[in-house]
Amino acid sequence: MLSSKVINESHGQDSSYFLGWQEYEKNPFHETLNPSGIVQMGLAENQLSFDLIESWLDDHPEVLGLKKNEESVFKHLALFQDYHGLPAFKDAMARFMEKIRGNKVKFNTNKMVLTAGSTSANETLMFCLANPGDAFLIPAPYYPGFDRDLKWRTGVEIVPIHCVSSNGYKITKEALEDAYERAHKLNLNVKGVLITNPSNPLGTSTTRDELDLLLTFTSAKKIHMVSDEIYSGTVFDSPEFTSVLEVAKDKNMDLDEKIHVVYSLSKDLGLPGFRVGLIYSNNEKVVSAATKMSSFGLISSQTQHLLANLLSDERFTTKYLEENRKRLRERRDRLVSGLKKAGIGCLKSNGGLFCWVDLRHLLKSNTFEAEHSLWTKVVCEVGLNISPGSSCHSDEPGWFRVCFANMSDQTLEVAMDRVHGFVEAMVMSGNHGKQKRTMWDSRRRSLINKWVSKLSSVHCESER
Amino acid sequence: MKQLSTKVTSNAHGQDSSYFLGWEEYEKNPYDEIKNPNGIIQMGLAENQLCFDLIETWLAKNPDAAALKKDGQSIFKELALFQDYHGLPEFKKALAEFMEEIRGNRVTFDPSKIVLAAGSTSANETLMFCLAEPGDAFLLPTPYYPGFDRDLKWRTGAEIVPIHCSSSNGFQITESALQQAYQQAQKLDLKVKGVLVTNPSNPLGTMLTRRELNLLVDFITSKNIHLISDEIYSGTVFGFEQFVSVMDVLKDKKLENSEVSKRVHVVYSLSKDLGLPGFRVGAIYSNDEMVVSAATKMSSFGLVSSQTQYLLSALLSDKKFTGTYLNENQKRLKIRQKQLVSGLEAAGVTCLKSNAGLFCWVDMRHLLDTNTFEAELELWKKIVYEVKLNISPGSSCHCTEPGWFRVCFANMSEETLDLAMKRLKEYVESTDSRRVMSKSSHERIKSLRKRTVSNWVFRVSWTDRVPDER
Repeated sequence: MLSSKVINESHGQDSSYFLGWQEYEKNPFHETLNPSGIVQMGLAENQLSFDLIESWLDDHPEVLGLKKNEESVFKHLALFQDYHGLPAFKDAMARFMEKIRGNKVKFNTNKMVLTAGSTSANETLMFCLANPGDAFLIPAPYYPGFDRDLKWRTGVEIVPIHCVSSNGYKITKEALEDAYERAHKLNLNVKGVLITNPSNPLGTSTTRDELDLLLTFTSAKKIHMVSDEIYSGTVFDSPEFTSVLEVAKDKNMDLDEKIHVVYSLSKDLGLPGFRVGLIYSNNEKVVSAATKMSSFGLISSQTQHLLANLLSDERFTTKYLEENRKRLRERRDRLVSGLKKAGIGCLKSNGGLFCWVDLRHLLKSNTFEAEHSLWTKVVCEVGLNISPGSSCHSDEPGWFRVCFANMSDQTLEVAMDRVHGFVEAMVMSGNHGKQKRTMWDSRRRSLINKWVSKLSSVHCESER
Repeated sequence: MKQLSTKVTSNAHGQDSSYFLGWEEYEKNPYDEIKNPNGIIQMGLAENQLCFDLIETWLAKNPDAAALKKDGQSIFKELALFQDYHGLPEFKKALAEFMEEIRGNRVTFDPSKIVLAAGSTSANETLMFCLAEPGDAFLLPTPYYPGFDRDLKWRTGAEIVPIHCSSSNGFQITESALQQAYQQAQKLDLKVKGVLVTNPSNPLGTMLTRRELNLLVDFITSKNIHLISDEIYSGTVFGFEQFVSVMDVLKDKKLENSEVSKRVHVVYSLSKDLGLPGFRVGAIYSNDEMVVSAATKMSSFGLVSSQTQYLLSALLSDKKFTGTYLNENQKRLKIRQKQLVSGLEAAGVTCLKSNAGLFCWVDMRHLLDTNTFEAELELWKKIVYEVKLNISPGSSCHCTEPGWFRVCFANMSEETLDLAMKRLKEYVESTDSRRVMSKSSHERIKSLRKRTVSNWVFRVSWTDRVPDER
């Protein structure tokens, strides 16, 4: 009766990434109302700089009020459904993206396709670049949502490019070739490589060398290069953010028709609810087809109007980008030192809204079962929803993505205190050979039992 | 190895039809009362521009809605972060109630069965992904909205098999037409997954009768298939009779909690009733839990902006506003449709008796040189280039009889509509007198047309500047 897309539940949303989110929903932390609840550290939201946007809105009330020079623009916007997008908005996005890249790259609005979020942009690109059964190579660990966004309705396959902690997860030539060969062994036509730069979940930006290697590889294989640069405005430390377009320019590939960039305002500006994404491509056919496909996910004209005004204010965007980076760095430092105090290290990051945390030393065994059991403890006993590496297709057990930009300073403190408490308890129980009873022990045990029995039957929902 | 997908290279987007080409001509030479009084008048765009003043007045009286404030407090942050694909609860509630109001509160809509989508374009495609495999077919009564060729088929791989309707009975759906379409699908080796109707109909401007709705429900019951009822124009019914939704029929047949009701899905949008196509607000309503669940996840690919959800939840929760609006909208559409109908009559042109929609289905068969689609295309070109009216030829809507055209009336001022009717009258009168011309002059004009035709044919395949409207 229903399509296989529905019956097979190939939406990829049963992974633990989404399940932890569901547990949080049942028992969310609140400073005063529910101080023993679960702290959400699995949601990559940027809540640090809303005040900057809110004060801009206060200074420009006519923008939300749908007025321009005292004239109402309501009717014009209400009727505006042109899938080429509001010109003023595309211009503003182009300038904003250029600014993020230190003006080292120029964006031409004719090569831009607006979409309702990068979720829509990524899926649309797959529809344009690949046929069902084709494959894209993606460096692992990667954003769990890709299993749905890139594969579900498109029929495209993902073949992971294995990256390991031993070299800081750098993409190597061997790993690329290996992934390519594996795809072929599985009888899959490789259509391209897709990277997220800066990386989710690693929080590191792709180096120039890696970008050079990637472009050399994709060029030689005559396949596409898709660079999801959704976190480009969150790079707060060196090395500076380098876009694939910059390296393409250096290699005289800046007009190459097989390089595509995806962007969104969900992370840099913290506006996931407004659904603002885009595809940028030199390939006319792709731009043309993607533009028609964007009919299935256009950005509300009301929202395009708001953001056209916000982002064309150069003074605002300069100040915002600078302040945003500053606050993100401070918050990251706080998380890193908090974890360090508990004897926990993480991958040295320079961007993103999360850290890639090393909990391998807390595993009972070097297995994903042990990782899962540790994760269950962290959610239920420690009361922190963090994302296990396995949900991000990590090759090595014991790594977790921990978000830091979606909560207050105080909440982060609480989270760190809990981590210390947990680690101390583990250390003590190790030394004395007995289980130390914490005040939550029996309650947590029953929760774990409930948890285990529920694991296989729940349906969950979430975003990045 | 091909670089791009076949979806890109095969031009399967369906946007090369004349429906979109006429729009392109308009774009080059658009009518403007002052700046371009000889330009082409846009009558191919089904927009509702008649009641913006009502919404604008409401916005002025209720500034918090657009200002993203609640009880004077800014909720910007909450909305900016709100990306839950279950949608803003207050918006779904308001939308459900609005849909109930349009149906005279005879049926109820449960907000938990609503899936929001970025426009009904997104809603329809998502339903296809949920109900059909690539290669499966849906039966659609002709004539139908040209955009369906893209929306339902392009990325989904689903097929459309037409249910032929004819002017002999006012284009109503008959049992034999349904059976014929079903058999045709089987001949083509296509598995039929369901029937999709637009009610009220685009391009006909008529509501489906109870008889037709009963027929459809019986048909899908016997064939064990789905029924999608796109009720995007439900709030534009201005005729004497009330709008009858497929939901009314399910209720009347006491099928509300039956197995069949799980296979009936409604699509809605605010693009026509409220005239807000730019805001991208659509919805799927389904009694099937699995469909709701899957469609909800799929809506990630086209969520409604939370900024817009908030504005509209405030607007639609105001029952005084919605009551007044629906009433006034109805009144104004009725007046406007009358103006078009009488204007056409003055030109000796009739149309299908309509009671809804933003357009009329106009009969220009008597103006055709021959009863062929080539003649229809010729006539259409004349109307676009000489009469300077962009109207939609029936062939673009897959009509089986040449000579019918969809003419929109709610997207322009009264004065512009008057002018359009004047132009048409002049053209018809001149055509009548031309018919008594000598044969040689006729041949001269024919060869002129031929040259224009070949230019035209050359241009047919490359257009890119196309609209995204119904």
